Amino acid sequence: MEARARIVLDDADIGRAIRRIAHEIVEKARGSEDLLLLGIPTRGVALAHRIATAIDEIEGTHVPVGSLDITLYRDDLRLRPARALEETSIPAEGVDGRIVVLVDDVLFSGRTVRAALDALNDIGRPAAVRLAVLVDRGHRELPIRPDYVGKNLPTSLEEQVRVALIEVDGTDQVTIGEEAR
Amino acid sequence: MRHLLSAADLSRGDAVLILDTAAELASVTDRSIKKLPTLRGRTVVNLFFEDSTRTRISFELAAKRLSADVINFAAKGSSVSKGESLKDTALTLEAMGADAVVIRHGASGAPHRLATSDWIQGSVINAGDGTHEHPTQALLDAFTLRHHLRDGSGDLAGLRVAIVGDILHSRVARSNVLLLQTLGADVTLVAPPTLMPLGVESWPCRFSYRIDEVLPDVDAVMMLRVQAERMQDAYFPSALEYSRLFGLDAARMAHLPEHAIVMHPGPMNRGMEISADVADSPRAVMVEQVANGVSVRMAVLYLLLGGRQEETS
Repeated sequence: MEARARIVLDDADIGRAIRRIAHEIVEKARGSEDLLLLGIPTRGVALAHRIATAIDEIEGTHVPVGSLDITLYRDDLRLRPARALEETSIPAEGVDGRIVVLVDDVLFSGRTVRAALDALNDIGRPAAVRLAVLVDRGHRELPIRPDYVGKNLPTSLEEQVRVALIEVDGTDQVTIGEEAR
Repeated sequence: MRHLLSAADLSRGDAVLILDTAAELASVTDRSIKKLPTLRGRTVVNLFFEDSTRTRISFELAAKRLSADVINFAAKGSSVSKGESLKDTALTLEAMGADAVVIRHGASGAPHRLATSDWIQGSVINAGDGTHEHPTQALLDAFTLRHHLRDGSGDLAGLRVAIVGDILHSRVARSNVLLLQTLGADVTLVAPPTLMPLGVESWPCRFSYRIDEVLPDVDAVMMLRVQAERMQDAYFPSALEYSRLFGLDAARMAHLPEHAIVMHPGPMNRGMEISADVADSPRAVMVEQVANGVSVRMAVLYLLLGGRQEETS
């Protein structure tokens, strides 16, 4: 399976995508004052930190970053044994009245984002919620669309998209390959 | 894991998973909306054959925070006081579609009977059975110890804990010895010989009859309630003597190391096993234990009911 995986983004591509997303976020928010980034574990958190660092370099500010675990809000909990929870940490600034940017690695069915919106709803009332993803692979099952995309990647349902990040996997790359099954 | 009957059933990995899950769930208490949708549509029955306020309320709150429907079934004033058997009560609850039964019973082994019979399909959680076990109390104690004396993660390797009081009749002591040992802690039981269980030598812990020899070398001391009904059975000559020899007062507490904490599963008898100034001191963590109880019970309910129920084997 690994042998047939093709690299679609290398480390330089990922770096460029993150910088562009950072610029787009700042442009749309007209600055970075009210921004707050929430990564969805595991890789979304690493991406959120990188985007925040990029925004800080552009704006010379400090954008708060947190993580939002969506496990308890999933719609497929009953389909598998109970799973371990990931960390949720909301920055001290809170989400109320802020522009919250949810960050995830891959956007696929949209169910994770639906769960994240529900989770966010229980935490507070942001001024707006936006969505940033490194890869949009299509095949949405819910009416959800991203605001910031690193790369649109048309895929078939049989293909598997893998995002590897240095913080988690020791290397930066996005690959596409046949399903392992 | 389908049931939680005994602390002995938990491996180190299981126990750490429950504590880690509880740590994440604890943050729900700090939010404005203290509720998660995870167990929506599931029914949890609190089946209490013995009086209990804090354990029942704690389980009820834990289930409600996870959006489960909760039914409280107290033996007093119910069909049980009219002579219904455990089996018929269980069959009734099964017919009503209970997904989990939290049971407290005066008879040791009642939860085990419920779990291994084919009376009910749901999960069984032991909330205290006779003088046998009270696993969620041990889990909340381990959580409290880990929070105060470790950095809130991993196990309790090397931690020294003394459990003082009526070990003989204490399900809290039994569950704690088993769980804390699994997590790598070093437990010493302290009691008068009459309140030390027969065969304690074979338990995975140390024991002593002298509290003053134990206190200087522990990181935490857990005081157990002396149950008033034991007084009639003459396990010790007088309450005053017990209090002098085994009670924790300010003078004794001074012998504890600087960092050591004082725990009590409640309800406390102030002036008996613990003096009022100790109970109110900043080293006493009883109020936290209660708060942690809710988080730990949420974790247990989530891990037992949150995913696909494992098949009955």
